Amino acid sequence: MPPTPEIKRAPSRYRNPIGKFKVQRDKGCTHCGLCAELCPRGVHQRLGKKMLSPRDEWCIGPSCQKNEYYCIRRCPQGALRMAVNPNLQALRDHRWPADLLLSNWQQAEAGGVPYSDLEYRIGRSGGGFDRLRLRFPRIPPGELPAEEEVSTALLLNRREDGRPRVRIGVPFYGGGMSFGSVSNHTMIARARAARAWDTFTCTGEGGYPESLKPYDSHMITQVATGLFGVGEETIQRVRIVEFKYAQGAKPGLGGHLLGDKVTPAVARMREAVVGNALFSPFPFHSVYSVEDHKKHVDWIKEVNPRCLVSVKVSTPTDVDMVAVGSYYAGAHIIHLDGSYGGTGAAPDIAKKNIAMPIEYAIPKVHRFLVQEGIRNKVTLIASGGVRTAFDMAKAIALGADGVVVGTADMVALECIRCRNCESGRGCPRAIATTDPEYSEQMNVEWAAQRIINLYGSWVKQLVTILRLLGMRSITELVGRTDCLVHLDYQPEETDDDIKPYLMGSNGKSA
Amino acid sequence: MPSKYHLKPKPAPSRFVPPGPFGIIEGDGCLNCAKCVKKSCAYQVYQKRSYDDRQLTDTADSLCKNCFRCVQECYGRVLSKSANPEYWSMGDEYWTPEIIGSNQRQAEAGKIPVSGGGYGGPFAGPGFDSMWTDMSEIVRPTRDGIHGREYISTAVEFGPVSQPAAFMPNRGSEERQAVSARLRVEVSVPILFDLLPFQEFPQPVLAALARAAKETNTLMILPAESIAGELSSWRAHLVPLLPPGNLGPFTPLIQQCRMVQITQDEKTGERIGEIKRANPAVIVSVRVPLTPLAEEKIELLARAGVEVIHILADGQGREQEASQPRFIKDRIRGLHRALVEQGRRDRVTLIFGGGIALAEHVAKAIICGADAVSIERPLLISLECRLCGQCSPKERCPVEINKVETSWGRQRVVNLVAAWHGQLLEVLGAMGMRDVRRLRGEAGRAIFREDIEKETFADIFGEKMQTRLVKAQPVQQGEIACAPNT
Repeated sequence: MPPTPEIKRAPSRYRNPIGKFKVQRDKGCTHCGLCAELCPRGVHQRLGKKMLSPRDEWCIGPSCQKNEYYCIRRCPQGALRMAVNPNLQALRDHRWPADLLLSNWQQAEAGGVPYSDLEYRIGRSGGGFDRLRLRFPRIPPGELPAEEEVSTALLLNRREDGRPRVRIGVPFYGGGMSFGSVSNHTMIARARAARAWDTFTCTGEGGYPESLKPYDSHMITQVATGLFGVGEETIQRVRIVEFKYAQGAKPGLGGHLLGDKVTPAVARMREAVVGNALFSPFPFHSVYSVEDHKKHVDWIKEVNPRCLVSVKVSTPTDVDMVAVGSYYAGAHIIHLDGSYGGTGAAPDIAKKNIAMPIEYAIPKVHRFLVQEGIRNKVTLIASGGVRTAFDMAKAIALGADGVVVGTADMVALECIRCRNCESGRGCPRAIATTDPEYSEQMNVEWAAQRIINLYGSWVKQLVTILRLLGMRSITELVGRTDCLVHLDYQPEETDDDIKPYLMGSNGKSA
Repeated sequence: MPSKYHLKPKPAPSRFVPPGPFGIIEGDGCLNCAKCVKKSCAYQVYQKRSYDDRQLTDTADSLCKNCFRCVQECYGRVLSKSANPEYWSMGDEYWTPEIIGSNQRQAEAGKIPVSGGGYGGPFAGPGFDSMWTDMSEIVRPTRDGIHGREYISTAVEFGPVSQPAAFMPNRGSEERQAVSARLRVEVSVPILFDLLPFQEFPQPVLAALARAAKETNTLMILPAESIAGELSSWRAHLVPLLPPGNLGPFTPLIQQCRMVQITQDEKTGERIGEIKRANPAVIVSVRVPLTPLAEEKIELLARAGVEVIHILADGQGREQEASQPRFIKDRIRGLHRALVEQGRRDRVTLIFGGGIALAEHVAKAIICGADAVSIERPLLISLECRLCGQCSPKERCPVEINKVETSWGRQRVVNLVAAWHGQLLEVLGAMGMRDVRRLRGEAGRAIFREDIEKETFADIFGEKMQTRLVKAQPVQQGEIACAPNT
């Protein structure tokens, strides 16, 4: 297990956090305080002589009925009610259904798997990761590797080219999000979490704000087609430079930043005009062949002799050829961004239709790299719909070395997936905005802690998954498709819930 | 370089408040705080809201963008959100509320729908949702920023490509060629307007569509009988569907239009001859239902030298007259391939219609082998139709579609075509293609779910279970309610 940074509770920043269940106290309540004494989760709290509003987000719902402290039954006045939160009806996202949002929030709050019966592994998209299950062999508990023995570390440079053998403690890092698409606070929070967990996060293509200077050794800077804010100085600051050829949410299209979000600060950073929409071109106008691509990579390597080069591509039918081409052009990391990837703004038609989902691209590329005999010379990173620790384990079992996450970080900061980040002043929840007033509504310390906590929960889950598979390193899982069940192919009753093990290992969960 | 094709979309506000997907519910217990959360709504929903007395709805539901801030910040916890049944009951399983809503917004604004956050829909689905279009990481310079887009051609031609029509047996080869050049009709977008379903629409509605067809440089198919008065002025963009029987009364129309359409029957050959005698330069398109027997019919028509075949699935894109209807996408592939194998594909233009609901369907149908597609319901949707299916003289149309003004309706349809055209450019640009005609039948520029599953998963997981088609689960959560003291 990697060294764990301090996990501190970071509750919702909203007055009324959203829970799966809604607890209501009606007028019959005499404020006797019995419920506050009974509930071990703190749903009910009394301040002075008055009961406070119930904390819905901590309620475990009907599964509490078996407990003798079940407040609804014990209330002497019968003044309490509980039902599934009707608000959840307005959270209709197949990839991030309400359960996944809520479980992410709980992990970000407390750093462990969610305590109630929330689904924390998969969404409801009906395909891909959501139809895959992990298959754990039957290993007697005594023979499982010990937690301390399990390594989640990932080596990013396998080329043996004299450049640093950069290793990260966890098999994931943060995907590119530009200054402009997200706020400075959001960027700093991600950078702090990356530093705390000894991994990386990425600047995206909107320049490299000075505020990220203290995190240079945990930053990746992106060189994308718009070249916004890219300079020799920014490339020399970092240990990894990422070429963004394409992005999974909008493969074949350049980046979008609509005019409203081009505030004076963003315009300065990008050397652009305030209020003017910024479209990155597609493709790189200096790259029309693999040879041109190699020139690009060489250029970066020349400018920064100690950096690694990552090449981020989307997933067309010939993604396997693209990956091999990138390797021969000198890339250390091939980063595949699948077609259902995240974005701050993209045409709907592109999000849904262009290029293949990552679940297909990973085995396709992995296999091809193996056939070419170069699989162990390059690090294969997958992204585009990796939401949970289970998605990570599945992506790795399909053939990736590690993954990149983006949206999950945003959800940890209480993104609710309303998908209005592109317009107006940006995100009213102060995450994907550059509006000075909105940006101030989110505190950096809180935000960083939320992401640190979420990562903490993921690491615990990954370690547990590896133990249950009888593995001592995440590298053992790469390409182990035998650890997977696809429900469209095998009608196996498979339950890969690891909550019981997590609860067992540290007494109780978060 | 082809000439630029510029459409001029302009906002054309909805006449009726479009239902939003989610409603705001205000419960009891407002504390009358001095600083109410409603005042700090990022979208000023509460300031802008009004009550629409025609529809008896609160406009807040369509203005709200579902950020949940008011719900989560209200001191009295009185605000909550819910699904708006008016929205979720629109359309049917194929014409989903999302499809209707998206097309309506496109018709209103004329812009490509752009949003933040990743895709939130199902992994895949039936029909067009079981394929993805391709892209190129390193493409030829089709696009210079966003500006080169205008040089991507979406034009398609109808009429004989190289072979002069077989229906001019008595004419010399020079004359044939001259006629054949005149015969070609080019539309700037591969999207034709087809007969409107459900009911007969009044002249102003038809005029709106006809004017939009002219402005977008495409063609509109409509019953020959309805071409009268104002409509006649847009003849160049109208394709009259000639009724069976005596063509005599329609001779002037045949002579004035560039293309006409007849429904396929046993007399098709004779009728084409008759039409060509009236006007040798007119293109005759033949309307054929997409049935399990379509291959044979189309082979016969192609062999007889028919220039344009318009093949129609039902409104949901399903095969007609079939016990187990296949989907249009798969049928297009089959029909296209059959004609390629017969060596006749380039002598005939295939238009497919039925179930084309979104811009992505245009690109996908063309990849499968269509030259162009036709749309009907999307035209009505752009005029605010919600596909309630209750058209009747007795019932009042909830969006009073018969009262549509021509100029407003024209702009709405132009906006829709502009938005679809823009999206088609996105797809073509991503593939590095400059011409939509090159996309036809390029199945290699698509990823079909069956194929990619086989390619990547068959080695890993074995045979896919055929019996179970897994649909995305409904996203609503379970309805457990716990009464007190249970």
